[in-house]
This record gives sequence, C-alpha cells and structure tokens, in this order.
Amino acid sequence: MNLTLKIWRQSNAQDKGKMVDYKVTEISEHMSFLEMMDVLNEQLINKGDEPVAFDHDCREGICGMCSMFINGEAHGPDRGVTTCQLHMRMFKDGDTITIEPFRAKAFPVIKDLVVDRSSFDRIQHAGGYISVNTSGNTQDANGIPISKHAADEAMDAATCIGCGACVASCKNASAMLFVGAKVSQYALLPQGQVEAVDRVKNMVAQMDLEGFGNCTNTGACEVECPKGISLENIARMNREFLSANVKS
Amino acid sequence: MSVLDSKVPKGPLKTKWIDYKNHIDLVNPANKRNIDVIVVGTGLAGGSAAATLAELGYNVKTFCYQDSPRRAHSIAAQGGINAAKNYQGDGDSTYRLFYDTVKGGDYRSREANVYRLAEVSANIIDQCVAQGVPFARDYGGLLDNRSFGGVLVSRTFYAKGQTGQQLLLGAYSAMNRQIARGKITPFNRHEMLDVVKVDGKARGIIARDLVTGEIERHSAHAVVIASGGYGNVYFLSTNAMGSNATAAWKIHKKGAFFANPCYTQIHPTCIPRSGDYQSKLTLMSESLRNDGRIWVPKNMDDVMAIREGKKKPTDLSEDERDYYLERRYPAFGNLVPRDVASRAAKERCDAGYGVNATGEAVYLDFASAIQRYGVEQAKIHNISNASADKLYKLGAAIVKEKYGNLFQMYEKIVDQDPYKTPMMIYPAVHYTMGGVWVDYNLMTTVEGLYCIGEANFSDHGANRLGASALMQGLADGYFVLPYTIGDYLSHEIRTGKIATDTPEFDAAEKEVTDKINFFVNNKGSHSVDYYHKKLGNIMWEKCGMSRNAEGLKEAMAEIKALREDFYKNVSVPGTATELNAELEKAGRVADFLELGELFAKDALEREESCGGHFREESVEIGGEQAGEAKRNDVDFAFVSAWEYKGEPSDAVLHKEELEFNEIELKQRSYK
Ligand SMILES: Cc1cc2nc3c(=O)[nH]c(=O)nc-3n(C[C@H](O)[C@H](O)[C@H](O)COP(=O)(O)OP(=O)(O)OC[C@H]3O[C@@H](n4cnc5c(N)ncnc54)[C@H](O)[C@@H]3O)c2cc1C
Ligand code: SF4
Ligand code: FES
Repeated sequence: MNLTLKIWRQSNAQDKGKMVDYKVTEISEHMSFLEMMDVLNEQLINKGDEPVAFDHDCREGICGMCSMFINGEAHGPDRGVTTCQLHMRMFKDGDTITIEPFRAKAFPVIKDLVVDRSSFDRIQHAGGYISVNTSGNTQDANGIPISKHAADEAMDAATCIGCGACVASCKNASAMLFVGAKVSQYALLPQGQVEAVDRVKNMVAQMDLEGFGNCTNTGACEVECPKGISLENIARMNREFLSANVKS
Repeated sequence: MSVLDSKVPKGPLKTKWIDYKNHIDLVNPANKRNIDVIVVGTGLAGGSAAATLAELGYNVKTFCYQDSPRRAHSIAAQGGINAAKNYQGDGDSTYRLFYDTVKGGDYRSREANVYRLAEVSANIIDQCVAQGVPFARDYGGLLDNRSFGGVLVSRTFYAKGQTGQQLLLGAYSAMNRQIARGKITPFNRHEMLDVVKVDGKARGIIARDLVTGEIERHSAHAVVIASGGYGNVYFLSTNAMGSNATAAWKIHKKGAFFANPCYTQIHPTCIPRSGDYQSKLTLMSESLRNDGRIWVPKNMDDVMAIREGKKKPTDLSEDERDYYLERRYPAFGNLVPRDVASRAAKERCDAGYGVNATGEAVYLDFASAIQRYGVEQAKIHNISNASADKLYKLGAAIVKEKYGNLFQMYEKIVDQDPYKTPMMIYPAVHYTMGGVWVDYNLMTTVEGLYCIGEANFSDHGANRLGASALMQGLADGYFVLPYTIGDYLSHEIRTGKIATDTPEFDAAEKEVTDKINFFVNNKGSHSVDYYHKKLGNIMWEKCGMSRNAEGLKEAMAEIKALREDFYKNVSVPGTATELNAELEKAGRVADFLELGELFAKDALEREESCGGHFREESVEIGGEQAGEAKRNDVDFAFVSAWEYKGEPSDAVLHKEELEFNEIELKQRSYK
C-alpha cells in the first residue's frame, strides 16, 4: 500500500506545533500501525531528518503506552484494540491518515505524539491502593472467599491499561472511566472495603485538581476504550462517591 | 577466599532461610529513615522491593524508563504464577515445587535459592490477594488453579490471561501507597546509565531524564538493579521494545560478574514471524497447551497442499496428523517443558513439516478440547441429544472463558479465527535465565549492589519452567531482599548522607556524557535499528536453539566487527537535550553489541547440551533418549560467572560449582 500521513509535529511543550505530510510506500497489510510508523521513521532517519516521536513499549496491547489519535479516533478505526494492535489491513491503498497526540488539558504534549499522562499516576497516589503492609504476614488467601462473580467483575474493571483513550475521546476530557475502573476494582472486593470512603473521595478530588473535565454521559469513552471498560464503572463510582459523602 | 562466595548459609536445606533470618543484623526502625536505597526498575521485582523497603522505613528512589511504573514489562506476562499452596489437594508441597524447578532448570541452579523460593511462594499469593489482585476464583469463591508445562500438579494462580498485569498493578498500588506517604520518590522516564562506586561500594547512579536530557546524580547507601531481561539482544523477541541490558551491563563493567549469559529461553508458543518488517514477536501463553494439541501433517503432500492454500488443516483427519509431542513424550504429552516443546517444533520444521509460508509454524489445535468441554457441559446442564453445533457452542464458551483474550489477540494479529481453525505457533526468544551473578543475599560481586528479578541469574538454571519468573520477581522483592539488604545496611547507619559532588560522581558522569555526545555528533550512515537487526540475526543463527563451536567462534568475530562498524557509522538524529528515542536506543544497542559477544563466548565454553541449549556436539547417541540433548554433569555442573576485563572476548571465567545435596542429578526424561 502507498499512504499519505498527516502527522502532528511539535518539538516540545512550548512549541506551537503543526501538521506535516509524509508519504510511505510498500506498506504490507500484515504490519501493525506502529510497524508502519517504524518504516516512516527509518525513512526519515536515512534522509537525516528527525523521526516522529511516539510512545510505545510492549507492542501487544497491554502496557498502555501507544497513545495515538488516528483519523479522529483514539487508537484508530478498529474496536477493542490499542494502536500497536491496529493492523494496516484496516486501511486501503492510497488512503490519507491523520495522526495526532491524545489531546487534553491534563495531558500536555511532550513532543510530537508523546503526551504527559502523569496526572493518572497522581490520581492513583491519592488512593488507588489497599493499605496492607507488605510484610508477608497476611492471612491465607482463601481465608475470605470471594464469589466468582465479584472476582470476575473486579477483574474486568482491573483490566484498564491506563492508556488515556477515554480522556482523549471525551469532548470534556473527563477521566471518569479510568477513575471509575480503579474505584470499582476495590469496591467489588472485600479487601477494598476498609478505606472505600476515603478512596473514592480522594481520587475524585485529585481528578478534579488535575484539570480533567466532567462526565456528561456521552459514552464516547466506552466506545474507544481498548479494554472494553464499561460505563457501569462510572455509575458505580458515582454511587460510591455519593454514599461516601453521606457517610462522612 | 575465592572471589565467588555464594554465602549460602550452613545447616539443613529446610531450615537455612529461617535460621538465616533469625541471625542477621537488623536496622533500628529510627535509623532506617536515615538510609537511602535506589531501586532501578519498577517491574514485579523492583516495584515490590521498593514498596517493601519503603514500608520498612528506608527512603527509596525508583527509576524506570516508561512514563509510569505500571508499564514495566512484567505487565505483559499472561499465563500465571506458581505457588506451592496445594489448594487442589493434588500432592503439591514446597519440596515438590523445589524439585520441579531444579529438575526443570536441568540442574544448573543453586539448591538453596530455589528452596527458599518454593518456601516463600505460598505467601506471595496471600500478599497479592490482600492487595486486591483479582485472581480467578471457582464457584465456591476459592482460588482457582491451572497447570503449566513440566509439572504434574495444578499450582498456577492466574487472572485471566493477564496475570502479570494484575500482579504488577498490585505492586504498583503498594508503591503508590508509599509514594503518597513520601517514602518513595519515583523518577519515571529516567534511564540509569551508570553506577557510582565509592571505596568499592555502590553509592549511587547516573541517570538521564529522558524528557529534558539532563544528566542527574543520585546517591544512596545501596543500589538495587531490577531492570529485567536481555532477550532483545536477538532484536526479535517477546520482550517489550524498550527492554534492555544497559543497567546490568553497566554494572558488569563496574565489577559485577555476569553469569550464564548464554542461557536464553526460547518459548514454544509464539505467533510465527510473518515478514521482514516485523518489530517483535507475540507470545501466546503456554497455558494454551493445557487444552491445545500440537501437530503437523504426517505427509509431506499435505504440508505442501496446506502451504499452497489447496487444503485447510481441518481437512486432515486425526490419522493424517502427527501429534509429535504426544508421540515422543507420552507421560507429559503437550505439557512437556518449554525447552523440549521448542526443540521438538524446530525439529519438525527443520525436517520440512512447517505449515505456513516460511515453513516455521506448527499447529496448536483446540478442536478436541472444544468437543470434550461441550460433552461435559451438556452433561452438567442435563442436555441430552445435543446437536454437534450445540456441543461446539457449549465447548467454545468454556474455551473462551479460559483463553478468550489470547484468542482475540491471535485473531487480531493473524486475521484467522482460532475457534474454527488451529492456531499457528513457533518458538521465539523469551526469557533470559542468565544475568548478573548474585550470592544468597542477592548481592552482586560489588558491595552494596544488589540485583533481583529477571536481571539476575539465580533460581532458574538452564531453563525456566512456566509461571516461575513472576514468582521469583515477587519473592525477591517482597520477601527476600528486604531481609538480606538489612543485614548490609545495618553497617551503614553511621555513614550519613552520601555526597554527589565527589570525584567518583564526576568521573561517572563524564563517562556518560562523553558517550552521549559521541552518538549525537557521529553523523554516520546507518540507523541504530540497522545494527540491532544485524546483531539479532547473528544471535539467532549462531547462538539460538542449537549451537556448535564453529558457529559460536564466527559469531564472536562477527559481533566484534559489527560493533566496530557501529562506532564508525551509526547515525543518531536529534540532540541530547530533548526526548530522543534514537539516542536511547543507541546506548542500549551499544551494550547489546558487547553482551552478545560474551553470550557467544559463554556458549562456546559450555560444551554440553543443557536446558533449551542444544550443543550439536553433545547429543545422546543410543537408548531411549537417542537424539535428545546430552548434559554433562561431570564437567559442567557450574555457574559461569564472567569478570569484565575490557573487550568481551577477554572476560575471565569464574566457576561457582553447584552442589546438589538434596536432589539426585538424573537424566531429565519426560517420556
Ligand atoms: C510476553 C511475556 C509473557 C510472560 N508470561 C509469564 C508468565 O505467565 N508467568 C511468569 O512467571 N513469567 C512470565 N513472563 C516472564 C516475566 O514476565 C518476567 O520475567 C518478569 O516480569 C520480569 O520482571 P522484572 O521485574 O525482573 O523486570 P521488568 O518487569 O522487565 O521490569 C524492568 C524494569 O526496569 C526498568 N529499567 C530497565 N532498564 C532501566 C534503566 N537502564 N534505567 C531505568 N530503568 C530501567 C524498566 O523501566 C522496568 O521498570 C513473561 C514474559 C513475557 C515477555
Ligand atoms: S478506561 Fe479504557 S480507555 Fe480509559 S485508560 Fe483505561 S483502558 Fe484506557
Ligand atoms: S505498545 Fe503497549 S499497549 Fe501498545
């Protein structure tokens, strides 16, 4: 395939940035989107130009690094995948593809397609954990049975890879799906109950502080989430949040 | 005293660790706040270690090259984590886990370490559950298990096909708690580029802020390296793109011995390579072998017809298929250990039976599992006279429940539905059993410098059984290092803060800066990847699953020549004072280009077949084991620990002779 790529280039956070056109040729439909980007970068390096900076690591859809906004969608046109799992068979010869970073006030651009998602980490520092000592003196793991249903639901929420596609695809740049998934995981497990009240309040407060917008139930996040995190998690977080405020 | 002292405590194996813990020196809680520890790496090993050290009261600084600790490569582990809990009542015990691990490693690991690992394994599960790790549960609410290659009990705990992710998020959450308390200071998007030694002790590191390019000095009373494995020396592997050897290699150059570099695990169930543009290989969890049957066609005609697209695998009847693992290894069948399964696949493909265009693929077939589960479900749900279609649906639902996300991943990559047609798999470079040499305390040959997780050499011998790397990472981080490092730090309470404005820091920083300046100023003609791919090719062809003396000597010479060319002709665009992925890669590939040569040298030295490493000169000639790998315990029951002397080819070999008092060394037979 031969393609035209329109890519956002921005040399650092201060730079204004602009779209630049590139051509790539001989792209195989079996390549992943990132392998196609590798081809482009190899071409740029061989010409002595600067390659396009983008985040990636595992290349198998689990680390959550590869954030790219492709043709107006987080992680591109396929459903339930990250950019590294997107395959070129989703495109046609002669296509023009627009590639931009995940845009949100709380995700400042570092360079080209690389953004700073450390706001997610700070939300986690605010309460994304269970306060258990790591001493190895914990009780037997089967001491508290957990129903299969609860364990499975907690697992579904815990599948979030922290990629930020939910934020990037939300018109309000809300982080509710991400935070909802975190809160839900612990809310569904007996181990998470002890500090449930503080957890949800602190995480929500930090989320607001970071400059994420509010959820207006458009549901774009759920559609673009590569891990199928459901809106149910936002509802659960809201319930937890309300009852936390009632309790204190 | 020899330079290599494993410091294994005296006394019976079963009480070594308890006795040891009872006798080590402790640090007074009030003094712990005056002690700083640096942890490089925030995977399972580094993350759990950092959280625990902070919990104990030390001041911890963590480093990782990703934008968040949560993205360390441990996140990618799919299958599960072992622990000797015997929840299934199928006869598991600490001793059996210990035995399986030593045997699985082809008797090239240290007994005392492995026993300790088995001993603390059960506690890992308790710890993780308490942290909210959502392991799979059965309908009664109790933890579920599955089994993995090379063992006969069901001791693997899992969280769907995302066990590593969940365990890492557990460790990360424990880190978060300590970050919130101010006990851990995280340095993300930072790369450690050298260690600083003062009076022979590790006292800090030089790191580069990957966003600004700034070179930073960080001091501490002890340094812990938890930087993962070096499988990317092959370019193509199941590792993340950023996985590298830099931290381990840099400390090697500063005096830490490097052990068993030639022991690499080739994993049998990966998605085959499809073209030259490929950037990495994707693993399909080995747990699939619990239910999948592996085969190639019996007849060459069928192989050809399949490759040409004239026949489909499903067109072949049972008796037209060669279930070669079941045929050769009836006791373990498809569940033989990884090295055995990998070599057998390669043997069939080398003989021409590979089923894809490149001839490098075998089938992993779920049809009979779907059938079997379908019948079982029909019985459970009291459905009599179920149609074939109904049975298929019932069976496929169970398979989906167990492996759904893996099947989805396969379908996305290969564009074929594995519920309907068998998967294609082929071995790929996966895990490195070699690494920095450490003693029983997990300390390297440099005082105050520790190494844990995949980055060290311990515990797995020449081959790692499935689901035991996660176990080792967490055992090291949560339960072993926090004790052993205390013994060392108890002598540091009067040291006071370590200054960074010293000649030692100056010298280390200069070395790092010079190297970076060299790269950005060397306007060569080839990209970094050009060299990395070439190196990978040499490694795969000559230091891969089978090796011989001639090939290894060639590899050493070729890698040396490639390294020289790299320093003349590599091109790194951009500057040193910004985010520059090419510059990061250049440093990593430079280290791989040295490590690769030592790898070949180590393989050349080891004139025996061991684990997955088939030395063509060492093969069983006759008897039941004819054609299988031949180990040589008389001459090679040792850990090779290499001391740096400049050029990798000049490295000096030290041998840690392995003692087996508890386990009798036997031919590893899975027949
Ligand atoms: C695809 C895949 C599947 C697997 N499945 C299983 C499984 O089912 N069961 C099992 O037991 N094992 C499995 N393994 C193996 C297991 O995941 C790894 O061995 C283990 O997670 C390694 O953990 P670690 O903490 O040692 O290193 P990693 O998790 O690799 O962490 C390395 C850390 O070091 C940091 N780092 C590296 N270099 C530097 C530097 N120079 N400066 C700063 N930071 C640095 C990185 O940022 C990262 O934080 C699998 C491995 C792979 C690749
Ligand atoms: S909720 Fe989904 S889209 Fe949002 S960070 Fe998690 S995985 Fe990514
Ligand atoms: S690179 Fe890890 S999710 Fe895409």
